[in-house]
Amino acid sequence: MATVEARGITKVFTQGERGAVNDVNLLTREGEFMVFLGPSGSGKTTLLRMIAGLEDPTAGDILIGGQVVTHLAPRDRRIAMVFQSYALYPHLSVYNNIAFPLKAQGVPKEQHEDKVRWAAELLGIGALLQRKPRELSGGERQRVALARAIVREPTVFLLDEPLSNLDAKLRASAREELTQFHHRVGTTTIYVTHDQIEAMAMGDRIVVLHEGYVRQVGSPREVYDDPADTFVATFLGSPPMNLIDHGDVLVGFRPEHLLPRDMVPGPAVAIGVRVTGVEYLGSERILYALIDRDRFAEQKVVAKLPATYETGAVDGRAMEFAVAERNLRFFDKTTGKRAESRSLTWG
Amino acid sequence: MGVSRGAERLGIAMFAPALIYIFALVGTPLFLAFLYSVGDVTVGSVGYRFVGLENFASVLQNPTFRGALWHSFLFTVGAQLIVIICANMLALALVDRFRGRGLVRFFILLPWVAPISLGAIGWKWILDSIYSVINWALVKLHLVGPFDTPMWLGESSLAMMSVIMVHAWRMLPFSTVILLAGLTAIPKDIPEAAAVDGAGFWRTHFQITLPMMAPIINVAVLFGVIFTFTDMTVVYILTRGGPYDSTQVLPSLAFFTGILGGDLAEGAAISVFLVPILVVIAWLMLRLAHRAEVV
Repeated sequence: MATVEARGITKVFTQGERGAVNDVNLLTREGEFMVFLGPSGSGKTTLLRMIAGLEDPTAGDILIGGQVVTHLAPRDRRIAMVFQSYALYPHLSVYNNIAFPLKAQGVPKEQHEDKVRWAAELLGIGALLQRKPRELSGGERQRVALARAIVREPTVFLLDEPLSNLDAKLRASAREELTQFHHRVGTTTIYVTHDQIEAMAMGDRIVVLHEGYVRQVGSPREVYDDPADTFVATFLGSPPMNLIDHGDVLVGFRPEHLLPRDMVPGPAVAIGVRVTGVEYLGSERILYALIDRDRFAEQKVVAKLPATYETGAVDGRAMEFAVAERNLRFFDKTTGKRAESRSLTWG
Repeated sequence: MGVSRGAERLGIAMFAPALIYIFALVGTPLFLAFLYSVGDVTVGSVGYRFVGLENFASVLQNPTFRGALWHSFLFTVGAQLIVIICANMLALALVDRFRGRGLVRFFILLPWVAPISLGAIGWKWILDSIYSVINWALVKLHLVGPFDTPMWLGESSLAMMSVIMVHAWRMLPFSTVILLAGLTAIPKDIPEAAAVDGAGFWRTHFQITLPMMAPIINVAVLFGVIFTFTDMTVVYILTRGGPYDSTQVLPSLAFFTGILGGDLAEGAAISVFLVPILVVIAWLMLRLAHRAEVV
């Protein structure tokens, strides 16, 4: 096991243009499951490829287990990577796919069979060893890719959106299995995804990336409850955090914290709204509304209410809502960065 | 709903030129070749007498024919071996982006697009016994004495080597382009996965890239073998089959016997002799290509 560190990593593909990755500094913990989360084009895959050694950084250093590996070939980094496409070798059987890293790294031949069987059993694909990749389902291919990755017991796992090719139902179970698998092998893992649910469910810590910059590093709870800036606040959560223009600051609160007045105990800020639309989503309902009062009038807000609460909300109806004061977040209006909490003089 | 009569006629009219072309220029000569090979036809003879396999028996007795058969195999296998190895190297070099790649690709295609007679005549001068630029360079480099230069087209083994080299030069662009297409079709992830898995260049190339390219290499070899087996241009221009028939291949021998020698029946027998060989090669290659099909 080992840690992975990025020191001032920058990648510029075309000179003069904005970098794909800009001055990224990161350090994983031993055995950690770290998730790189960001929209497409945020640089998360480029960053992962630089850690793998498939891309040379323009500036900065990569350290694995405390050793600078910036200029080492991928094969010398003792990493394993699972690609989005799985990149299985189509002409080799599952057995030979899994055995390939062992051969390539000169593991004595008599150990191959035991190691391949161990990896295959761990992922429940022991019965598929003689098949060719084209005879496997998406979920099976993903397991073969994982087995090929663990077979030589790498110090670090790099996973590039490994679940994005699976259908929604399979993805949920694969997510759960991957977490279990990580608990069993305990190898430091870096996982790239654009899916915030995957990130929240699996990550020990999440690195939120946007336009090549790290916006925030923190546990799922931290990045969700205490976003560092308005990008993180609106990228995470569905629907995203409400941001209300309030003089020199933006006031943010999660849709699930905007509740009818009588549901909010303790100190709270009252907000009168006029409902403009209601979506019933089974377990919950989403209320779209406009603030109906004072100088915030006509700003849009979204509320998420549990389906068990009967609101009687219909289009055009005026209602009294509130947000508990401890659930308010403040952001600087010009920089978008998190600002000091303050007491709100509403109206 | 059938096609209207007008459209049907138009279809036939549009299709006719191709059909006439194939019948007149491919079908008829092929048919005549088979017919002549089992007859007693010579240039200027009238009438036709069926003689069965007599012509084949006769050519098989002929040491020149047996020599040419052996040379044909040597010529084809030698040229194809060189072509496949060099085309592989070129395709690998040309698959990555670099400055001037387009220009290099253009130059490599040149031998293919230039008329073969032009290229071969150029080679005839390059390999000439007196004016050879290769010999001039060898002399200047003091590798050979000025009166001891190799006779590229005048010594049996050197002449065979020369025609093989020139033919390989000519076939190289074709195979390179096919292999380049095959190489480009391999998803980038796969060699990258091999690199992460610990494979170096050679292992990646021989255990991953080449097997994945096998079907397309088969196509290149199949075409190359057929083009080479049936081609006499290089031999005809460079050596006319000489010295002492040491570079004679079946197509050139068929031409010399049938057209220049006037013995149409024997010439036809020699050229038809290739057909079963080529059919077997094509069948083998296609089977191989089918089995290696991957994705």
